[in-house]
Amino acid sequence: MDDLAIQVAGLGKRFRIAKRRPRNDTFRDAITRTMRSSRRWMRDAMRGRIRRESGETIRALRDINFEVRRGEVLGIIGHNGSGKSTLLKILSRITEPSEGYADVYGRVGSLLEVGTGFHHELSGRENIYLNGAMLGMRRAEIDRKFDQIVAFSQIGRFLDTPVKRYSSGMYLRLAFAVAAHLDTDILVLDEVLAVGDHEFQKRCLAKMREVTQSGRTVLFVSHGLDSVRTLCDRAMLLEQGQIACMGSTSQVIDHYVNDGKLGVPTSLSVAGESDAEGAIEPVRLHSVSVLDPAGNPARNLDMHDPVTVRIVFENSFPGESYLVQIRLKDQYGSWVLSSHNEEAATIGGEYFLLRPYPAGLFEAHCRIPGNVLNDITYTVTVVIGRWEGDNVGPTLQADHVATFTLHDYSRADRNHSRHFIGPVRPGLVWRTDLAEAA
Amino acid sequence: MSTISPPLETAEPRSLPSIRREVLRLEPSQSGTVVRYAELWEFREVLYFIIWRDIKIRYKQTVLGLAWAVLQPAATILIFSVVFGLWVQLPTDNAPYAVFALAGLLPWNFFQSGLSQAANSLVGNSNLLTKVYFPRVLLPLANVVTGLVDFSCALLVLFALMAYYRVSPSARLLLLPFPLLLAMVASLGVGLWLAALSVRFRDVRHLIPFLLQIWMYSTPIVYPASLVPERLRTAYALNPMVSVVEWFRWSILGTHTLSASMVLTSCLTAAVLLVTGLRYFRKMERTFADVI
Repeated sequence: MDDLAIQVAGLGKRFRIAKRRPRNDTFRDAITRTMRSSRRWMRDAMRGRIRRESGETIRALRDINFEVRRGEVLGIIGHNGSGKSTLLKILSRITEPSEGYADVYGRVGSLLEVGTGFHHELSGRENIYLNGAMLGMRRAEIDRKFDQIVAFSQIGRFLDTPVKRYSSGMYLRLAFAVAAHLDTDILVLDEVLAVGDHEFQKRCLAKMREVTQSGRTVLFVSHGLDSVRTLCDRAMLLEQGQIACMGSTSQVIDHYVNDGKLGVPTSLSVAGESDAEGAIEPVRLHSVSVLDPAGNPARNLDMHDPVTVRIVFENSFPGESYLVQIRLKDQYGSWVLSSHNEEAATIGGEYFLLRPYPAGLFEAHCRIPGNVLNDITYTVTVVIGRWEGDNVGPTLQADHVATFTLHDYSRADRNHSRHFIGPVRPGLVWRTDLAEAA
Repeated sequence: MSTISPPLETAEPRSLPSIRREVLRLEPSQSGTVVRYAELWEFREVLYFIIWRDIKIRYKQTVLGLAWAVLQPAATILIFSVVFGLWVQLPTDNAPYAVFALAGLLPWNFFQSGLSQAANSLVGNSNLLTKVYFPRVLLPLANVVTGLVDFSCALLVLFALMAYYRVSPSARLLLLPFPLLLAMVASLGVGLWLAALSVRFRDVRHLIPFLLQIWMYSTPIVYPASLVPERLRTAYALNPMVSVVEWFRWSILGTHTLSASMVLTSCLTAAVLLVTGLRYFRKMERTFADVI
């Protein structure tokens, strides 16, 4: 195996997470609790066993096995919390695996964020050197590429201005320019493209394509399926810390997009209902799906048609009330809107709030009319909060549980295809009259 | 796990330049890991740039800039001279109080600023720890080395005072790098301990001022070491800063409190602090990015 770049075998990572403490309702509660736990600690200590780290371990990654050949561009996709970042962090040596190993052949450069090590008080010129060194470039290498970096960043005469005076666009351009000139055998990239304005993203993407075609090995993590599709030969889908599938990019993306069960069920536990050790979960999220006008689950829809988000959840505490909310993010990670099933916020009185929920399975439907959203990709986050009289209590939040892409099919075959900027594209009323004849 | 077999044939062959390839195995580290000195050398440029950055930003956006490195010890010495020299009239082994105190204050300031900045270096650079790899020990090391700049500036104050009080310099001054090195070792040793601890326990940051205050009064800075009974002095030198300060005084003023056994004790303590500090730091290093 002479052309191997990365070989990963049995790789796993455990984290210790702190056990959730019951809420301290009053100061007195906090004190008694502290007293009680310190008494327990003393008792244990007397018997000679100090309890180790309370809390449980979660397995962020388990049994990861794969190989990457030299010159290959591998895309890694998956939902938030599926272990993508942890995998990249292990491969770029920021954190250690708990089990298994990864063999890396050659120098690894990692770009887990744009502008690592930038210092606001330093000038653009100084930051190019500082950032370059942090990313693993030699000084001579930075000297050699300095002019190219400055040219790419287009910061020109601001080169000797402290970066704290830069606009955010200039800052990002400079940071990306340094990163783009990192010249290592293996490059690890995390979503760094999802920054900057449209124009700059296009330039970044072009630069990325150039990099991926230069024969270097690239590991590329992204939420933007489009960039994975255009840049990567192969892809890997991570789900709950495991490789769900791996293969050609289009196959893996299909698998990702068409698999309805995305990270659910997730459940909400409410503190105080029972002892902290065995908190009962009153709400359990069963599924979240996106439906086309015919009521069938779909991932690709026409932007002129209404889109319905269906949330199925189970209540096991009769008499509770809940607030169900969806939040949409666009493909650049910005919030687009949020909406909940409250009277004032819905059309047609389909709300359920303030009515006690019997125990059982519930289906909440949220219909987003056609001609509201743009022809881009959205992800859905679901939040279920317990209604506590005048505010919303402990919350279940399931991030990015569903995703869908809208298409402008009516314009697709016209040859003057225009790009509509922004996360929404509502149908607005226009009238253009001749005000005064010449 | 639904597997889609990777299409091996379709992976098009690209031009692969034949280069020497080093393999790096990333795996859970064994307990009792040694410090990888070769790696530190490999990352020397990162160390250089961290030091360079810290020096550049230290006095940015201050009107007086590097003059602060001179003004600070000068002001402290003025206060010490008034309080301890004029008012309390502490003995000084027959030296002018200002020179006497400054000879102690200079290495102390170097030691304490190195220590406290090294201790905060990991928490203060948490954005780097979670985003890029380099041997983490470079951060505290850089902070200790950066202190040399302030030290050199403050040295000018000392020379000015020596000229004013007509203290004639002697060849003993040439030995100053040795106590300075001792101070560096001690400062880095303790700094490594505290830096590694503070990743997990942020309490450390609040404890450092007290630690330094106690340490300062157990070091002969405002008072001469000759106040300590002679038979206790070797034990007294378990505090490495005792030897550092007395060595400075010997070089500058020619006082004769320092003995070989004191120097040896201090060197030993400093070495133990550094070795254990490095080991503890290495042991904790692998969890820094997860815990911070």
